[in-house]
Amino acid sequence: MEPIVELRGITKRFPGIIANDNIDLTLKKGEVLALLGENGAGKSTLMSVLFGFYRPEAGEIFVRGQKVDISNPNVAYDLGIGMVHQHFQLVQNFTITENIILGNEPHKGMIVDMASARKRVSELSEMYNLNVDPDAKIENISVGMQQRVEILKVLYRDAEIIILDEPTAVLTPQEIEELMGILRNFVKEGKSVILITHKLKEIMQIADRVSVLRQGKMVGTLEVAKTNEEELAELMVGRKVSFTTEKEPAKPGEVVLEVEDLWVKDQRELDAVRGLSLSICEGEILGLAGVDGNGQRELVEALTGLRHINKGVIRLFGKDYTKITAKERTDLGIGHIPEDRQKRGLILDFTLFENMLLERYDEEPYSQKGILQFPAIRSKAQELVDSFDVRSGEGIDTLVRTMSGGNQQKAIVGREVDLEPRLMVASQPTRGLDVGAIEYIHSRLIELRDQGTAILLVSFELDEIFNLSDRIAVIHNGRIVGMRYPEETDEMELGLLMSGSKEIADEKNTEE
Amino acid sequence: MKKTLKNSHLMISLVAVLASFLVAILVMLLTGLNPSRFFVALIRTFSGYDILRGNFNPRYIGEFVQVSLPLILSGLSVGFAFRTGLFNIGAEGQLIMGSLGAVCVGILFPMPIYLHLPLAILTAALLGALWGAVPGFLKAKFGVHEVVITIMMNYIALYLSAYVIKLLPGSDNQKSADIVASALLRSDFLRSITANSRLHWGFIIVIAAILIYRFIIDKTVFGYELRAVGFNPFAAEYAGIRVNSRIISSMIIAGAFAGLAGAMLSLGTFDYGRVLSHFENYGFDGISVALLGGNTGLGILLSGLLFGILKSSQTMMQSLGIPLEIVNIVSGLIILFVAMQYGIQALLKRFTKGKEEEDGSV
Repeated sequence: MEPIVELRGITKRFPGIIANDNIDLTLKKGEVLALLGENGAGKSTLMSVLFGFYRPEAGEIFVRGQKVDISNPNVAYDLGIGMVHQHFQLVQNFTITENIILGNEPHKGMIVDMASARKRVSELSEMYNLNVDPDAKIENISVGMQQRVEILKVLYRDAEIIILDEPTAVLTPQEIEELMGILRNFVKEGKSVILITHKLKEIMQIADRVSVLRQGKMVGTLEVAKTNEEELAELMVGRKVSFTTEKEPAKPGEVVLEVEDLWVKDQRELDAVRGLSLSICEGEILGLAGVDGNGQRELVEALTGLRHINKGVIRLFGKDYTKITAKERTDLGIGHIPEDRQKRGLILDFTLFENMLLERYDEEPYSQKGILQFPAIRSKAQELVDSFDVRSGEGIDTLVRTMSGGNQQKAIVGREVDLEPRLMVASQPTRGLDVGAIEYIHSRLIELRDQGTAILLVSFELDEIFNLSDRIAVIHNGRIVGMRYPEETDEMELGLLMSGSKEIADEKNTEE
Repeated sequence: MKKTLKNSHLMISLVAVLASFLVAILVMLLTGLNPSRFFVALIRTFSGYDILRGNFNPRYIGEFVQVSLPLILSGLSVGFAFRTGLFNIGAEGQLIMGSLGAVCVGILFPMPIYLHLPLAILTAALLGALWGAVPGFLKAKFGVHEVVITIMMNYIALYLSAYVIKLLPGSDNQKSADIVASALLRSDFLRSITANSRLHWGFIIVIAAILIYRFIIDKTVFGYELRAVGFNPFAAEYAGIRVNSRIISSMIIAGAFAGLAGAMLSLGTFDYGRVLSHFENYGFDGISVALLGGNTGLGILLSGLLFGILKSSQTMMQSLGIPLEIVNIVSGLIILFVAMQYGIQALLKRFTKGKEEEDGSV
């Protein structure tokens, strides 16, 4: 197969960091090439160079053998390169067709030619077996479906080379299967795919070749058929990695958290948590499995004091704490690793050291009589950064905005673990992170459990739920629809519970 | 990182000022004016030295500093609110209220100077703070946008102040009676060393205000909370900061700074209360001052002095045949160029790129 894209000697620098260091990469026509690497290894930067978001300091790009200068994404589209971003860029109250043609509207004179656009979208959907309804509004369709809209956007612009950035991060196991099918169809149609990922399983399943980046350097390109997960993980991280977290059986103590008949509304004033009850004991990890948008966010925010509770009771060590503030909850010993680290967990325009004491800046010795004590703050921040291996360009004076996602997350985990919480609410603690960072954060959570902390783990990744949980609760539509021990269930059963079909089946049975 | 960021703002400000001077020169050339006269007037305003005649008059220095004082304070007002993510368009109204408070105390309650002057200044700060507290409260409690409320509050202040000043004993339709000397910032000493300019003791208050501003923002728990709210209210909420209460306190302090600016005018510059029929823009100019100064204490001081020079050079410009609109064009352009900071940053990067590569590291 001839190469369709070639990158030669690409170098891209950011302040304090060489994101891409003299990188060569070849994509052959009609293959799926996986781009593997830890967070901050430079995968996204490299693809942003190819897609015209960044201009490299050095290096050349060849597309179909021609040397090209991709100065912006429009040039990339003209060359047949399309990118499906990790964070969707869709207009919520537009239809699928309207979203797809946005910025590239077919028109008859001054009028947008919706009919032909709609027809084209239907044809593409059929051709690749995407199953989308061109007239559905984005706000009414699932996350998996939204991703297909993003894919359709790229197909609509006749992309031959399709880059997908962490496409499976937001999908259920079933949706991931379907996406893999779609990618196979692309290859059948002669398209070439670059898949940015850190999930080894998916690479083994779909990719033909895999290129591995580590700390901005290309460490190797392998035929997937001639390698295995262990070898890839080692290449990526630079050392041996264990996949399952070693842990002793839990020794649950007394009940730490009790939630009874909790009702919480979401942003749109609709009931998101609807009569939910659960309890967690000392030294136990309760995994909360569920598809995104089933009330997890609202539950977590209600527990941590960030959202109003409409009805129900929350007790900590038997004491009612339904009505107290976020600050008082922190003081009582509730740690919180928030789902959205950039929105909730960090102040991106603060330095690292200012972020490390985000909940304790007003306590001694970090401040005295209302005056910040910078030496104490800095030395504590330095201690946390060292012990949690947070890497950054300029140490604790680094602006957090410039740090990689993995290191941002390590900083949050470090900060929260150091609070020595009695209850830790960890919402998607490893979202978007690579194996090395996941392994690290998982072992820290287990350590915390072994010290007697009760942990609520909210995750959309079933692997993570199985790996860490001592008990698994499944949430659907704002309620707990099943409680299982990990050794007594499997992905299929949880998947059914998560989708609500099992609950509905059960209800039907009882009705009969 | 922090250092380079600060430096880059300084660079942007300098480029913005330079570029606006260049455009102004172009405008003057196109309209057949002599740009050198523009610079003669500017140099004379801030150095007191007259290039054409070769003589020196310190009065000009005193005057431009005196004009700068309220500008710096209203810059601090706008900048302080900016740091909490609030856009205080209301410095103008807060300033008018502060000025009114100082006039009332200055005329109605004669006392020994060591009580009278501080009380007049304090009243100015308090009334300004009150005028800032209202929009802060409405924003925190009902989510009303502060820009809308502060604009309204400006008009209320303008007409309320005109009404109250006319009610004071001894007022006519233009102005109040003279403020009792014990409430004035006037300084015969400062006047004598600046050839009878209107420079007054208010500069001490301004220096103190800048120091307080820097101290609160950079050194205190309170300032940390304000900045956290300004950058990311969601994370601030997560950290347990009471976002709404911080919004109110930020507007109160911002209002107090603007109120002090009002005291500068009535107790320092004019010695009496004025019945205003329209805004004088000291508060609105504060927005420009804060923007150019990057919302830092030192930056606001420097940009306040620059705008003070521009503002106080207008009469001399006219006498040298440069219409005062040119000065307004320059002020407007400065803000335009500061607002184009991303473009300027990109340009700066292009210029410095070659150098960085020689260094071998970034």
